[in-house]
Amino acid sequence: MSVPATVDPAHRVPERPVRPRMVGRDDGLVLVGSAASGMSLVWVVYERLLPLSGPVGFWLLSYVAFLAIYRSVVRSTHGALAARDRVMAVVVTSGALGLAAPLTLIILFVFSKGIGALVKPAFFTQTLAKVGPLSPEDQGGAQHAIVGTLEQLGLTVAVSAPLGVATAVFLNEVGGRLARPVRTIVDAMSGVPSIVAGLFVYSLLIRTLGWSFSGFAASLALAMLMLPSVTRTTEEVLRLVPGGLRESALALGAPEWRATLQVVLPTVRAGVVTAVILGMARAVGETAPLIMTSFNSSVMNWNPFSGPQSSLPIYVYRLVGNSDPGQVRRAWAGALALIVLVLGLFTMARWVGGAPQRRERRRQRRQAPAPAPASAAAAPASTSAAAAPAPTVDLTRTDHPGGPQ
Amino acid sequence: MAATDFDVPVGLSGDDIPLSVAVNRSPADRRFRLAARASGASTLVVMGLVAVFLAKGAWPALRIAGARFFTRTEWNPDAANGSFGIAAIVWWTVMIALIALLLAVPLAVASALFINEYAPRRLRRALTALVDLLAAIPSLIYGLWGRAFAGDALAGVARWLSRNAGFVPMFDVRGDAYDSSTFVAGVIVALMVLPIATSVMREVFAQTPVAEKEGALALGATRWGMVRAVVLPFGRGGIIGGSMLALGRALGETIAIALIISPKYVVDARVLERGSNSVGALIALKFGEAGSTGLSALLALGLALFAITLVVNFAASFVVARSRSGAGVEA
Amino acid sequence: MTFRTLDRADTVPGSRSAPAPPRASASLEAQSVSAWFGSHKVLERVSLTMSAGGVTALIGPSGCGKSTFIRILNRMHELVPGAMLAGRVLLDGDDVYGDQVQATDTRRRIGMVFQKPNPFPTMTIRDNVLAGLKLTGQATSGRDALVEQSLQRAGLWNEVRNRLDSPGGALSGGQQQRLCIARALAVGPEVLLMDEPCSALDPTSTRRIEETIGEIARDVTVVIVTHNMQQAQRVSDQCAFFLAAEDEPGRIVEAGATAQIFDAPTDPRTADYVHGRFG
Ligand SMILES: Nc1ncnc2c1ncn2[C@@H]1O[C@H](COP(=O)(O)OP(=O)(O)O)[C@@H](O)[C@H]1O
Ligand SMILES: [Mg+2]
Repeated sequence: MSVPATVDPAHRVPERPVRPRMVGRDDGLVLVGSAASGMSLVWVVYERLLPLSGPVGFWLLSYVAFLAIYRSVVRSTHGALAARDRVMAVVVTSGALGLAAPLTLIILFVFSKGIGALVKPAFFTQTLAKVGPLSPEDQGGAQHAIVGTLEQLGLTVAVSAPLGVATAVFLNEVGGRLARPVRTIVDAMSGVPSIVAGLFVYSLLIRTLGWSFSGFAASLALAMLMLPSVTRTTEEVLRLVPGGLRESALALGAPEWRATLQVVLPTVRAGVVTAVILGMARAVGETAPLIMTSFNSSVMNWNPFSGPQSSLPIYVYRLVGNSDPGQVRRAWAGALALIVLVLGLFTMARWVGGAPQRRERRRQRRQAPAPAPASAAAAPASTSAAAAPAPTVDLTRTDHPGGPQ
Repeated sequence: MAATDFDVPVGLSGDDIPLSVAVNRSPADRRFRLAARASGASTLVVMGLVAVFLAKGAWPALRIAGARFFTRTEWNPDAANGSFGIAAIVWWTVMIALIALLLAVPLAVASALFINEYAPRRLRRALTALVDLLAAIPSLIYGLWGRAFAGDALAGVARWLSRNAGFVPMFDVRGDAYDSSTFVAGVIVALMVLPIATSVMREVFAQTPVAEKEGALALGATRWGMVRAVVLPFGRGGIIGGSMLALGRALGETIAIALIISPKYVVDARVLERGSNSVGALIALKFGEAGSTGLSALLALGLALFAITLVVNFAASFVVARSRSGAGVEA
Repeated sequence: MTFRTLDRADTVPGSRSAPAPPRASASLEAQSVSAWFGSHKVLERVSLTMSAGGVTALIGPSGCGKSTFIRILNRMHELVPGAMLAGRVLLDGDDVYGDQVQATDTRRRIGMVFQKPNPFPTMTIRDNVLAGLKLTGQATSGRDALVEQSLQRAGLWNEVRNRLDSPGGALSGGQQQRLCIARALAVGPEVLLMDEPCSALDPTSTRRIEETIGEIARDVTVVIVTHNMQQAQRVSDQCAFFLAAEDEPGRIVEAGATAQIFDAPTDPRTADYVHGRFG
C-alpha cells in the first residue's frame, strides 16, 4: 500500500528504453517456415501425387497451404484469436503486394521497352514525315507529337483552369439556388467517360459546326474532363479558408470581388495550382477523345486551331499496332515519355502542394529550437491533442465519388 | 416587406417585424457575382449540350434500328440493310467491369488497410503518394502492357482455369484461343482502377475516429478485430464509393480495352475465350472506318454509355451520402 | 498464475455460454516505469502499487504524464508511434511486458475507460456491451444475463433496459460513458483504468459514475485519473500525486492513503496542489 516516493539510489541502473513489439522475434521464422512447408507440401501432392500441374495452380495452392499451416502454427502457440489476426495481416499485406507488384512491373516493362528509342536525339528532333518501313532506327521521332501535346495541354489549362476556379468561387463564395444543381452536375461530369467527351466535341463542333479536326477540339474535350477535378479541389481548399479572413477584408471596406480575388484566392493559390497540375497529369495521357477530335498526323502541325494534330498518346496508340518493329519501338519510347511526363507533373504538384507546409515547418523550426515530437499526425487523440496538426487537404489524392451535399 | 414602415413604434407593436437589411451591391460586385454564376451555369449548359448533341447525332441510327437497338447483338450499321444493336456490346462491357471489380475491390480494401493500419508509419506517406501517382498513369499504358506482356501470362492462367474448372460455364472455352478475352481485359482494367479505388478507400479509412479504434483495442481486440469492428464499418461508405467510382471508370474505359480485345458479337458466358467487346473500345475501333449510319450508330453507343455512367454516378452519390463516413467526407 | 492461464486458454469461440462470474480483482504494481515519446522523456522512474480491490486516484496538473502512465499499465502506450518505455508492470506478480505475454491479453484483463466517451456509435447498446466478448473471440449469443449484469454494475440498466437495440451513439454523454464502463466490465477485467472519466460530463452524470466506481471496486481494482480533488477524496482510498517540473519528465512526488495525502501531506508541493494553490 505505501509507496516509495523516490527509488532507492542503489537500484539506479541505467535505463534501457524499449518499444514493446506486437510481433516476436521468432514470428518471422514461423512465417518463412510456413511458406516453405506450404510450397513443399503442394509440390509433393499437386505435382507428384495428383495428375495436375502448371505454375498457376502451384502458386495458388501453395499460398492457401501456407496460410493454413501458418494459421495452425500460430494457433497452437498464441491461440485462435492471434492466429486469425496474423493470417489477416498476411492476407492484407499480400493484397497490397497485389497492387504494388503489377504496377511496378508495368513501369519497368515500359522503361525497358522504351528507353532505347527515347534516348536517340531523333525522337525529339524529327517527325514521322519521312519514315518508311526501311528507315533506320535513329531516324524519325515524335517531335510533332510532343509539340501537339504541349500545345493541347496549354489550351486545356487555359480553358479549364479559369472556368474551374470561377465555378468553385461560385459554389463556395457566391452560392444561391443554383449551387446545388451545379455541384451535382460537376460530380456527374467527373464520371463522364473520356470517349463520351470526345464524341460530344465531335458531334457539336466538327459534325454540326463544321470545324476541322484540330488540337483545339481535343483541348476542349480534355478541358471537360479536367474541369470537375479543378472545381472540386479548389472548392475544397476554399472551404478551409477561415471565414474571418473574408470578413476582415470586407470590414476594411473592400468590395466583395476584391476580397475574393485579392484576399481569399491568393491564400489558396498553392492548392489551386496543385489541382491544375494534377489535372494536367491526368489529361496528358488521355487517348480516347483524341481519336475523334485531333485525329492524328505524322507530320508537324504547329497550328493547334486547324487541321489534324498529333500528340503523344495518339502517336503511341497509332504506332503500337504497326507491323514495322521500328515504329513499335518508337511507340514504346512515346509511352515512356508519357510516363516521365506524368511523373514530372505529379512530382511538381506534390512540390507545389507541399510548399506552404514546408514554409510552415521552417517557421516552426526557427521559433522552437527543440525538435518537435515525431509525427503526431495520427497519434491517438487522447494523448496528442496538443500536438494535433492543423487540418490540411491532401490535394494529390484521387477524386471522390460524387455525393450530393 | 414592411421593413421601411418606421411608423410602427419598435418594441411597442404586438409582433416584431424583422428588418431585412437590403444588400446594396456595387456594380462591380454585381458583375463579379454574375461572372461567377455564369461559370457555374456553364457546367449545366455543357452537360445539357452533351445529352442534346449525342442524341442529335444518334437520332438517324436510332430511327433505323428502333427498339431492336437494345436487343440486337450484331453490329453492321453500314451494310446495305444493316442491322445493329447494343445487346452484346453492353453485355461484355458489363462483364469486363464486373471481373475488374471482383478483383480490384478486395485488393483495394486490402491495400487501403495496409497503408493505414499495417504499413510502418514511415512508409505511410510515401505509399499514399505512390498510389495517387499510379492512379494518374494513363490507361493507354495499362493497355500497352496488357497487349505486349500480361496478355500471354493471363492466357496461361485462363488455360489452367478452363482445363481444371471447365465444367463451370464461365470457364468453358471452345478451341484453344485464350488471348484477347474478356478475362484479360477485366484483369487489366482491374489493375487500372485499383489505385483509384484504393485512394478513395484509404482516405475514408483514415478518418476513422481514433477514439473508437482505441476503444476496441483497449477491450483486448487484435488489430484485425479492431479493423473489423471499427474501421470497416466506418469505412463502408468509402468502400462503396470507391467501388462505384471504379465501376464507372471500368464501364467507360476505352483505350486499354481497345488495345487488348478482338470484338465479338454474341452473348454468352465464356469470359476466358478469345473475343470480347466494350462500348468505349468499339467506338474507338470503329470510328475511323464508319460510314454515315455507322457514325450515327457510334454516337448512339456513346449516348448509351453516357446514360449508364450517369446512373452509376448518381447511385454512388446516393449510397455514399447515406453512409456514416460518406457524410463526413462531403460535409 | 497457473489457474489463470488455464482460465484464459478456454476463450475459444463458443466454449462458454453462462455469464462469466466477475473475476477476482488483481493487484497492479509499476516498478521504475519511465516513458518517452521519441526522444522526449515524459515519465521518470515511477513506482506505484495499486492493491487488489482498491481505488487508486492519480492526481496532478495537466501534462505531467498521468495519461501516459495509465496507458502504460494496459499496454496502450505502445500504440503511439515512437513511444518507448522502461521498467516493469506486474499484474498479480507477472510482468505484462514479459516475453510470453500478448498485449491483447493484458488489455482484456486490464480494462480502460477514456476521457471522452467512445461507444461504438453504430452498434446497438447490447452489441456495445458485448463488443469485448466478440472482439476477444467469445460467444455473444444468449448472453442477455451478462448484458443486464454489466449494465446494472455500470448503473445504466434502468435507463436503457427498454431500448437495448437502439444505437449506442444515441445516448447522452453521461450515459455513453456508463455504457463504456459496462462494455469494459463485460469482459470481466481484473483492473479498470479510468482516465478522467468525468471531465466531459455534467455533475449529475459525474455522481452516477462515482457511485458506480464505489460499487465495482468490490471486485475490480480501479485506477482513476482525476483533476477533481473532491472526487479523488470521495472515491479513492489511495492517491498518487504526479508532477513534472519545467522541461523535466513527470514523477510521483508523493503517494499514500488518500486521507494522508489530503490531510497531512509530507511534501509542500502536494499540499499546495490539493488545496488548489496551483495546477
Ligand atoms: N502522442 C504524444 N506524442 C508526443 N508527446 C506526447 C504525446 N502524448 C503526450 N505527450 C506528452 O507527454 C507529456 C505527458 O502527457 P500526458 O500523459 O497526456 O499528461 P496528463 O495526462 O498528465 O495531462 C506531455 O508533455 C505531453 O505533451
Ligand atoms: Mg491526460
